[in-house]
Amino acid sequence: MDKFSIENMDLYYGNFQALKNINLHMQENKITAFIGPSGCGKSTLLKSLNRMNDLVEGCKITGDIRLDGEDIYGDMDINILRKRVGMVFQKANPFPMSVYDNIAFGPRTHGVKSKRKLDEIVEESLRAAAIWDELKDRLKKSALGLSGGQQQRLCIARALAVKPEVLLMDEATSALDPISTGKIEELCLKLKNEYTIIMVTHNMQQALRIADNTAFFLLGEMVEYGDTDSVFSSPKDKRTEEYITGRFG
Amino acid sequence: MDDNNAAIDVKNIKAINKVTFRQRMISYKRKPLSLLLLIIVGLAAFLSAAVLVFLIVFILIKGVPNLTPDLFAWEYNSENVSCMPAIINTLVITVLTLIIAVPFGIGAAIYLVEYAKKGNRLVKVIRTMAETLSGIPSIVYGLFGMMFFVTALHWGTSILSGAFTLAIMILPTIMRTTEEALLTVPDSYREGSYGLGAGKLRTIFRIILPSAMPGILAGVILAVGRIVGETAALIYTSGTATGTASSVMSSGRTLAIHMYVLANEGLYTDQAWGTAVVLLVLVFGINTLSAFIAKKLGTGKDK
Amino acid sequence: MRLSRLKEKAMQGVFFLTAITSIAAVVTICIFLFYNGVPAMAEIGFFDFLGGQDWSPKNVPASYGIFDMIVGSVYVTADALVIGVPIGILTSIFLARFCPAPLYKILKPATELLAGIPSIVYGFFGLMVIVPLVRNNFGGNGSSLLSASIVLGIMILPTIIGVSESALRAVPESYYEGALALGATKERSIFKTILPAAKSGVLAGVVLGIGRAIGETMAVVLIAGNQVQIPSSLTDGVRTLTANIVLEMGYSTGLHREALIATGVVLFVFILLITLSMQAIKSRGEKNG
Repeated sequence: MDKFSIENMDLYYGNFQALKNINLHMQENKITAFIGPSGCGKSTLLKSLNRMNDLVEGCKITGDIRLDGEDIYGDMDINILRKRVGMVFQKANPFPMSVYDNIAFGPRTHGVKSKRKLDEIVEESLRAAAIWDELKDRLKKSALGLSGGQQQRLCIARALAVKPEVLLMDEATSALDPISTGKIEELCLKLKNEYTIIMVTHNMQQALRIADNTAFFLLGEMVEYGDTDSVFSSPKDKRTEEYITGRFG
Repeated sequence: MDDNNAAIDVKNIKAINKVTFRQRMISYKRKPLSLLLLIIVGLAAFLSAAVLVFLIVFILIKGVPNLTPDLFAWEYNSENVSCMPAIINTLVITVLTLIIAVPFGIGAAIYLVEYAKKGNRLVKVIRTMAETLSGIPSIVYGLFGMMFFVTALHWGTSILSGAFTLAIMILPTIMRTTEEALLTVPDSYREGSYGLGAGKLRTIFRIILPSAMPGILAGVILAVGRIVGETAALIYTSGTATGTASSVMSSGRTLAIHMYVLANEGLYTDQAWGTAVVLLVLVFGINTLSAFIAKKLGTGKDK
Repeated sequence: MRLSRLKEKAMQGVFFLTAITSIAAVVTICIFLFYNGVPAMAEIGFFDFLGGQDWSPKNVPASYGIFDMIVGSVYVTADALVIGVPIGILTSIFLARFCPAPLYKILKPATELLAGIPSIVYGFFGLMVIVPLVRNNFGGNGSSLLSASIVLGIMILPTIIGVSESALRAVPESYYEGALALGATKERSIFKTILPAAKSGVLAGVVLGIGRAIGETMAVVLIAGNQVQIPSSLTDGVRTLTANIVLEMGYSTGLHREALIATGVVLFVFILLITLSMQAIKSRGEKNG
C-alpha cells in the first residue's frame, strides 16, 4: 500500500512555478530519497507533505496529495497531519528549554499529562534516536548546550515522541560532521522498520547508502523515480545519468 | 511556452493549500484552548486600539468646540485664558533647549561611534550613564533643576533654567538616535573619504554627518515632542507665570504647564479641553514629522 | 600641516568632552540630590523618615514620615501593571504574530501615538472621564488608587508593547516551525515556544513600564486623591512619592523642603534599582541569546 500518493501536483511561488506535474507514490516502511541540484524543488515538495508550505506567503498548490488515501489538504486536521507526519529540519532547531521538555513538548501538545507516561515517552524516544546513553544524565540541562550532531538526533527523538507514521528529513545531515552523519544514517535504517522515511539530500552517496527508492528532480520536474540501485546503476533518463556522474549540479 | 502561460494563469489558480475557515474550525474543535487564546489576543489588541481611539475622539469632541479666537489672543487674562503666551513660551524653551542639547548629543555620539575604540570601558560607562539619565523621572529632573539652575546658579525660576533642565533630560534621546544614524552610514563612505586624503574631521563634517542627517533630525524632532509635552520637570524651573516671557531670565509657563494649571484649578475646564487639543495636535504633528523623516531615511538606505 | 593636526586633536578633545557630559550630569544630579536630601533624612531620623506613617509638615513639632507614600507608589505601580502588562504583552503578540499587514500599518503607529501623548493630557482625561466613571460605579469620590492605576496602566501600554514586540520578533522562526511540525496549533507554538524564548526581552519591557509608572507625576497628581494614607480599598485616595514632591514643593521651606528633596532621593534610588535590574536582564538575555 502506498503511504503517500501525489498526483498531478503543481506548486507556485508567486508567478514562479516551482514544481511541475509531480506524480509520485511512496511506500510504507521504506526510505525514499529526493535528490537533485539545489533549487530543483525537492525541499519544497517535502514541505508540502506536512503542509509547512502553508507558512510561505504566495505559495499555491494544485493537485492531489493523499496520506493513506486521505486528502491531506481536505478536511484532515492540519495538526493531526503534522502529528502523523513528523519533520526534521536542515538545521537542528531544539527549543531553548531542557532536553526533557524538548522531547515532552509534542506529547504534551497532544494531551499527555501524566508525569510517568511522559518519562516513559522521553526515554523511549531518546533510545529510539540512539542518544539515550549520551543524554540520560543531562535531561534537565538546556538542549542548546548540546553539540550539533546531538541536537539533530534530539530533534529526531522529539519528532518520534509524538509517534508519527512518516518522518520527513530535510537535508538533516547537511550541517553535520561525517561521524554524526553516519550515526543518523544508521538510525534511519533502524527506524524504517517502524516508520516511513522521506528524505531530501544533496548527498548522492547518502541516498545510495540508505534509500530504498530515489527520486531525481531537476528544475521543478521529477525526472526519474525508482529503485535506488536501478536509478544509480542504470538511469533511464540522460539527465539523471549526467547528474549522478557529476557532470552538473 | 508553457512557462509563459503559467505566469499569466497563476492568479486564477484555485490552490488547494489555502487554509479555509472550515479547516481552522476543525482544528480548534479539537483544541478549544487555542481558540480561546486567539480570542484573548485579539481582544487585547482591540482594547489597546479602542483606548487610543476613545481617548483621541473624546478629547477632540470636547476640545474642538472650545477652540475659540479668544483662546489664541495675544495677551492672557482671566477672561480669555489664552494659551497663546504659553505657545510662544513653549517655542522659545524648545529652541533654547535644542541649542543647548543638540551639540552635546551629536558630539557625544560622534565620539562614541567615530573615535572611541570598540570595547572601551569608558564607552560602556557613558552608555550606562545615558541609559540611567533616560530612566530618571521628570520630577527628579525638576527637583535637580530647581536646586542647581534656579538656586545654586541664581538663575531664578526662568525659561533658561527650564531649558537647561530639559536639555539634560533629552540628551540621551539625541545621543542614542544620532548614534544609530551614524552607525547606518556605510564604512565605504569613510574609506572613500580617507582614500581621497581627507582628514577625520573633514570626513565627519562633510561625509558622515550629512548622510546621517535624516536620522539625527528624526531624533531631534522626537525630543521636541518630549519637550512640548513636559510638565513635571518645568513646574519648579521655568515656573507658571501666565504671560509671555520677556527674556530668557524671566518665568513663563509652557503649554503643558498651562494645561496643568487649568486642570488643577478646575475653573476653566472648557479652555483646558481646548488646550488639550492644541497640545495633542502639536505632539502628533511632531511625531508624524519625525516618523516621516525616519522613513525617508529608511527608503533612502534601500536604494 | 601641523596646524591641521592640531585642529584634529583639539576637536577630538571637544567630542570627548561632550561624550562625558552624561557622566557629569548623572554625577551632578546625584551629588545635588544626596547633598540636599540626605542631611534631612539624618535630621528627621532615617527610620522615622522611611518608616514613619505621619506626614504633617505643619504640625509643631512637624513629622516627616513617607512610608504611606512609598506604599502608595508601590500600590499604584503594581495595580497599573495588573492592567497594563497582560494587555500589553497580548497586544504585542498580536502585532508580532497575528496582525494582517494592512492592519499593522495602522495599529503600529497608533501604539506609538499612545506613547507620544503628554502625561498631562492623560491626567486631564483621567480627571474628566475616569474619575467620574469610578465615582459612579464603585463609589468613593473617584479620585483614587483605581483611577490612577487605570490611567497609568494605559500609559505604560506603549512601552510594554514596543519592547516586547521587538523581543518577540527577534526569536528565531525555527522554534515556531519546530513546534508547528510537531502538530502544535499556531497559538500553542507561539505561547509555548516564542513567548518563553522572548521572556527576557518581555521582562525588560515590563521593568521599563515599572520605571515609567513609578516616576509618573502629573497624571497621578490630578486623579489619585493624594491623601496621605495606606489605601484600604481600590476606591481610596492615595499619594505617591512623585505627587508628594509636586504638591508641596511650591510652598515648602527649610526642613520641609529638604524632606521633599529627600523624597526625591528615595524615588531616585528606586529608579536606579530599576535601571540596574534592567541592565542585569539585558546582559542575561544576551548571554542566553
